[in-house]
Amino acid sequence: MSAVSKPMEAQAAHHEHRDDEGSKTGMWLFLFTEVLLFGGLFIIYAVYRHRFGTEFHEAAHELNKVMGVTNTFVLLTSSLTMVLSVGALQRRQVAASLRWLWVTFGLACCFLVIKFFEWSAKHHHGIWPGGEHLHSMPSGEGLFYNLYFMMTGLHGIHVLIGMVVMAVVAARISSGHINGDRFGALEYTGLYWHLVDLVWIFLLPLFYLTN
Amino acid sequence: MHDSHTTAGHAASGHGHGGHGHGGHGDAKHAPVPQRVFILVWVALLVLTAVTVAASVGFPGRVGIGVAMIVTPIKAALILMWFMHLKYEKPVFKFMFLSAMVVLAIVMGLTFFDYSFLGEGGYGRSI
Repeated sequence: MSAVSKPMEAQAAHHEHRDDEGSKTGMWLFLFTEVLLFGGLFIIYAVYRHRFGTEFHEAAHELNKVMGVTNTFVLLTSSLTMVLSVGALQRRQVAASLRWLWVTFGLACCFLVIKFFEWSAKHHHGIWPGGEHLHSMPSGEGLFYNLYFMMTGLHGIHVLIGMVVMAVVAARISSGHINGDRFGALEYTGLYWHLVDLVWIFLLPLFYLTN
Repeated sequence: MHDSHTTAGHAASGHGHGGHGHGGHGDAKHAPVPQRVFILVWVALLVLTAVTVAASVGFPGRVGIGVAMIVTPIKAALILMWFMHLKYEKPVFKFMFLSAMVVLAIVMGLTFFDYSFLGEGGYGRSI
């Protein structure tokens, strides 16, 4: 794909070599590796749930449904504010774009705070990888919790990385490096963020709504 | 749901306009999707989440799980198509996405095929 065929004359004037389609393809390829990473964990979950159906149901009772569902609403809303941020920048409304992006950042933070309280409560009861209570559980329930911490933990790391990337992108929008003519970085941050949301909406029924 | 489908129709006509195009340009550079479309998708996602939770609380067991298994992929499709813009991308992106899904489906299929022949205990025998 040559830059010449791009509709925007501005970039041709700058003789800038830029391939938006290539960048977007790269981002999607990265997202596929993420899908396969979490997909592998979903397979492990499915196999052990089949093997330890009763234990999984028992263990899931202990999880706080309210926190899980609240976090789902938080994350879905953050996906909306992210897409509004991209839309605003495409319309060259820089202030609005930044505002939506920081709201998204705030919601991501909110998600992790709720997760912190949730994990703290479990930790308090000795339910923690390596914790005494977890070790003494029937093996199926122990597996459920190990998978729970592994999968929500990996997801939490993704949220954290998303927040760092959002902060960097926000700074670069403020400095004008990312703008209405070149908003790829914001758009791809959005793609990543929606994938994080996507993984969570599968985690919700698997862990919190299992009974 | 019905609402978001109607909107989908409008948005799709926008695509037809801008996307003559298998031959050329990044569709993202065309007229951005109206913000209210995203708000409608968000409302649909919240409603679907509420439906899933209500089903799991009101009808624990098969019905609750069945609803989650039907509704969750619909939520995923809404996010992919509108929030992640896949609906407006060129066919090559859709093809790439489908390929990744096929790979995942094959790996899952092979795993369960293998698992079904392991007999009593399956992968859990040593635990």
